[in-house]
Amino acid sequence: MNITLDLIVFAVLAVFIVVSSVLAVSTKRILRAATYLLFVLIGTAGIYFQLNYSFLGAVQLLVYAGGITVLYVFSILLTSSEGDQAEKLKKSKFFAGLVATLAAMGICLFVMLKHKFLNPVFEHGELPVKEIGFALMSTEKYGYVLPFEVISVLLLACIIGGILIARKR
Amino acid sequence: MEYTILILLLPFLSFLLIGLLDTKLKPTAAGIFGTVVTGAVAVLSYWTAISYFVGGRNAEGLFPTMIPWNAEWLPFGGNLHIDLGILLDPISVMMLVVISTVSFMVHIYSFGYMKGERGFQRYYAFLSLFTMSMLGLVVATNIFQMYIFWELVGVSSYLLIGFYYTKKEAIAASKKAFIVTRFADLGFLIGILIYGFYTGSFSFTPDSAVIGSAKVFLPLALGLMFIGGAGKSAMFPLHIWLPDAMEGPTPVSALIHAATMVVAGVYLVARMFPLFIGYAPEVLHITAYVGAFTALYAAVVACVQSDIKRVLAFSTISQIGFMIVALGVCTSADPHEGGLGYMASMFHLFTHAMFKALLFLGAGCIIHAVHSNEMSAMGGLRKYMPVTHVTFLVACLAIAGIWPLSGFFSKDEILAACFGFSPVMGWVMTFIAGLTAFYMFRLYYCIFWGKENKELHAEHTPHEAPLTMTIPLIFLAAVTLFAGWIPFGEFVSSNGQAYHIHIDWAVAATSLCVAAAGIAIATWMYLREDRTVADSLAAKFSGLHKAAYHRFYIDEIYQFVTHRIIFACISTPIAWFDRHVVDGFMNMLAWISNQCSWLIKGMQSGNVQKYGIWFLGGALGLVVILLLI
Amino acid sequence: MVHMEYYLIVSTIMMFVGIYGFLTRRNLLAMLIAVELILNSVDINFVVFNRFLFPGQLEGFFFSLFAIGISAAETAVAIAIIINIYRNMKNIQVKNLDKMKW
Repeated sequence: MNITLDLIVFAVLAVFIVVSSVLAVSTKRILRAATYLLFVLIGTAGIYFQLNYSFLGAVQLLVYAGGITVLYVFSILLTSSEGDQAEKLKKSKFFAGLVATLAAMGICLFVMLKHKFLNPVFEHGELPVKEIGFALMSTEKYGYVLPFEVISVLLLACIIGGILIARKR
Repeated sequence: MEYTILILLLPFLSFLLIGLLDTKLKPTAAGIFGTVVTGAVAVLSYWTAISYFVGGRNAEGLFPTMIPWNAEWLPFGGNLHIDLGILLDPISVMMLVVISTVSFMVHIYSFGYMKGERGFQRYYAFLSLFTMSMLGLVVATNIFQMYIFWELVGVSSYLLIGFYYTKKEAIAASKKAFIVTRFADLGFLIGILIYGFYTGSFSFTPDSAVIGSAKVFLPLALGLMFIGGAGKSAMFPLHIWLPDAMEGPTPVSALIHAATMVVAGVYLVARMFPLFIGYAPEVLHITAYVGAFTALYAAVVACVQSDIKRVLAFSTISQIGFMIVALGVCTSADPHEGGLGYMASMFHLFTHAMFKALLFLGAGCIIHAVHSNEMSAMGGLRKYMPVTHVTFLVACLAIAGIWPLSGFFSKDEILAACFGFSPVMGWVMTFIAGLTAFYMFRLYYCIFWGKENKELHAEHTPHEAPLTMTIPLIFLAAVTLFAGWIPFGEFVSSNGQAYHIHIDWAVAATSLCVAAAGIAIATWMYLREDRTVADSLAAKFSGLHKAAYHRFYIDEIYQFVTHRIIFACISTPIAWFDRHVVDGFMNMLAWISNQCSWLIKGMQSGNVQKYGIWFLGGALGLVVILLLI
Repeated sequence: MVHMEYYLIVSTIMMFVGIYGFLTRRNLLAMLIAVELILNSVDINFVVFNRFLFPGQLEGFFFSLFAIGISAAETAVAIAIIINIYRNMKNIQVKNLDKMKW
């Protein structure tokens, strides 16, 4: 298999994502965990870009990396005092979790790699934003106006619910 | 004649209205409403009867059988379906008249009798329900509809007998009536099912083609149906509920236990008469023997009872026995050759309803006046209650069978039919007729003549009943006086052809003589203030007297059989089995699941991560299972 | 061209790292971060399948798009709840959160 630029970029992204995610769940400091999460999200956005879904990558950066991570950081600052560290995991628990997860991952990877997918093809070419916009607003078949509306209502409900739950009494 | 449906709907509406509003309604309003509705039903019934009989006979000389209203209610496929409708033929029209008349009279009468009682509205609601069910029973187009209304009659009689629900005896009596009749109805139901299964219909007149194959089972089905009828009509040995049912209000006794419900069994046999005579004459004759024995038994018991309502109850049983005998002695459908009994039975049903209702209502007046059912509290009442006295005397003469009162004519026809069947039956029934005259006049003399219970009467002077109570008495007395002249055979006969009643003077003379003898003996024994003869006779035959007073211990036998044998030997072990084995099994299941839940309770730790582990394990387990398959 | 399986392997690793975090972290916020990882890995899967197996269609794409929106909503509500818990209990350790099991 030729080593193409694509592959190199992917390898970098993959290593970046895997290392960041492992660090995100293993670091002692919660604020660092949030930072590593940010790295993972950015790496994911990179993957979207690589797949020529620039719009989705942009959304990922905007909403996830830009919005949600900030939310995390704020809530961490609100709920933890300085120098707060996660208590040390017991050895037995650590190994139990690790073994269970690895076993599960093994099964999953086995299934996935053994599975015969449809013939994968990769076509270069950007998905035009105009098409996305039309699909998002379309009421035809393969039109997504209904979930779009539902999500807008959901977000509204979240705003109200968030305020209600978190307000001072 | 579509308006006949109103005959059923009106009392039902009245029941719903009075029953639902209950105490929201003023007692008088409820009473007037119920009475007006029943009056309307009576008028409708008369109108139906007039237009039906005036409508005339068809070409074959029969009154046509009409079904002015019918609805298929429950189809079972094929020909088998349960209908609800209205059937008019001579006997159902006759019954409509009888029931609505008596019911109307009882409604008016109750106004005075039940005045100021608690639950006055409830009483009228139940009366309406009863009237509706009884009317529905007689106009039933098929045997299943009859059964439905039959049970409704049972329920409403249960409610009415147990009207004084604070009285222990009344509750026991209502339960007894319900259970005994229900027990008999089991036979009826099985009979209906056998009948429906083999003839493929619930109609009263199935195709003769279908019957051919069902011939073997028809006697069985009809015999079972007769058991149901015997329960309602208080035939021996299912009669035990009727005397106890006298615990209900007296007008109820007049309505239910004299004129309507108890003749349901007779009506049933009459309704099925073509089948009985055509396919099961031997069953019919068995009913005759049952009826004759019942009549004799009840007449003997009636001679020694001291409670006036019990005397009337036993006399009712006896008279119903007469009607059953009359039906049972029929040997053909032709009234000129052995089919006379059918007409006689219906005729007696008609006249008996009138004069027995009169007797009960009169007894109600007397009880109202002296506040007791016992003869010892009475005596010499003739000066206090002239109207009741005269009407009661009329009814007594009628039931004794004295010319020219209605009872004479119907009883004469019955006796003639019995003599036509066999001389023995004839003489037995004549003897019972004599007994009837004797015990009725014993009752009459004990109430209105004889020794007056001075202390009691001084304390509370008896008085004539109010107008609402005497008017029905006078009306019924008038009917009793003249009903005998109705050419009954013109309307009702076994084959539907007109039958001219002609009095068989040999039979009539015999029965008159016997009745007169009965009355004479009663006069001799009970007219005077001291009853030396009666007392000495009672002392002489003390064993017989005591046995008869205790109704030959039939109730005790029932008590013994149910309590000592059925309850002790069957029910108790079954109850033990149920309590310990069946319940124990269920308890064990509950115990096991309880233990299991204790075991796995710890898994509900409330720790999200533990749940997460279980969830992951479950999901992976599913994946592995899917892989292995 | 990069094989589709490579992407899937990356996403699978990410998913199970998330699961591991969910099972072992004691801090509610840390658990929420782990949940975000899981969500992300699924998003990647959808997009990858869309791109490689069903080119020309948009279901996977939109699924991811909406999933991002929903996860934002979910995070907002979850954080509100966590802050509320913090107010009541003065910490956000998951072991203290078994009061609601009854």
